[in-house]
Amino acid sequence: MSRETSLVSADWVQERLDDPSIVLVEVDEDTSAYDRSHIRGAIKLDWTTDLQDQVRRDFVNKAQFEALLSEKGVSNDHTVVLYGGNNNWFAAYAYWYFKLYGHQDVKLLDGGRKKWELDARELTDEPVKLEATSYTASEQDGAIRAFRDEVVAAIGTQNLVDVRSPDEYAGRLLAPAHLPQEQAQRAGHIPTAASVPWSKAANDDGTFRSDDELREIYTEAGVDWNKDTIAYCRIGERSSHTWFVLKELLGQDNVKNYDGSWTEYGSLVGVPVALGDEPGDA
Amino acid sequence: MCGAVKGGLPLDGVDINKEAVIQGQVLKGGEPVGTAYVRLLDRTGEFTAEVPTSASGHFRFFAGEGDWTLRTLAPQAEPIDTAVTAAKGSVAEVEINI
Repeated sequence: MSRETSLVSADWVQERLDDPSIVLVEVDEDTSAYDRSHIRGAIKLDWTTDLQDQVRRDFVNKAQFEALLSEKGVSNDHTVVLYGGNNNWFAAYAYWYFKLYGHQDVKLLDGGRKKWELDARELTDEPVKLEATSYTASEQDGAIRAFRDEVVAAIGTQNLVDVRSPDEYAGRLLAPAHLPQEQAQRAGHIPTAASVPWSKAANDDGTFRSDDELREIYTEAGVDWNKDTIAYCRIGERSSHTWFVLKELLGQDNVKNYDGSWTEYGSLVGVPVALGDEPGDA
Repeated sequence: MCGAVKGGLPLDGVDINKEAVIQGQVLKGGEPVGTAYVRLLDRTGEFTAEVPTSASGHFRFFAGEGDWTLRTLAPQAEPIDTAVTAAKGSVAEVEINI
């Protein structure tokens, strides 16, 4: 993948608002944002109800994903363009999710909802209902999703990239600072993980930095481009943003997102945890 | 900084003894700005969090104790940086005029 195939600009989207081969999909952390306003023609996915199993901690299964997209009016042939608030955190998560279930043509709107708003582009509250389809998903692509045992095995051997804020990495905060801090699990990071906050990959307006800038950022943080990489954060959405950068923009092979992330790892019994600003030893 | 009462967000359900709250309102010519984004930067200038303002221009962070910078972005306005200190047991109220 590359920037040309996976990322589109606000102008690109604006010019194609009436193109029926494209489905715009808004995915927000604040799931009420879409209902207040959205880009004309965009449908909504709710990451808490549409994309999460409501009993177990896991994603919806293949059949559920098929039913969801069919009901929403997304077809296998559609170009899906994702965007959302909070610098595209959850849009990137949905992008990764669409890739996990094998959707061919997925793109992310550079800068997401924030860039669109700061440009003072049009938003509407008109409801959108697309005609139902019959969507067929692939089996989950295990090449882009990491589970806890692989993460523990990667300590000291593969690239682990912790994309949370420096204070979460060091153990001074347990959650992003716009959320309450009470959590059950331990604070800190996976030993040997490099700290590269997701935000280093983005400009203030939420657009991605250039490929050259991005390569420099991860190289400086100690990412070895000859190794496999697992990105993680707290619940797997910010690390989707970094997964997108490494896999889709920079075209790196073997990059996985660990969606269990710190809320799982920090609650595991017996695994090593590092505190402070340094990666720590294996 | 303005007083915690006038225009401040209600703190129902927030335990200010456990949380170092930074909150406030973004205004333009005295009117609330509901289309702004407020970024919380740590003492090294690193991004920590970001929220869109509410319809009434309000925002809130649960920070750690210490010194922070708020960077406010809004349509047709230059970014504005505002220094703020957070502590558990008190609420840092900030009024930002763009």
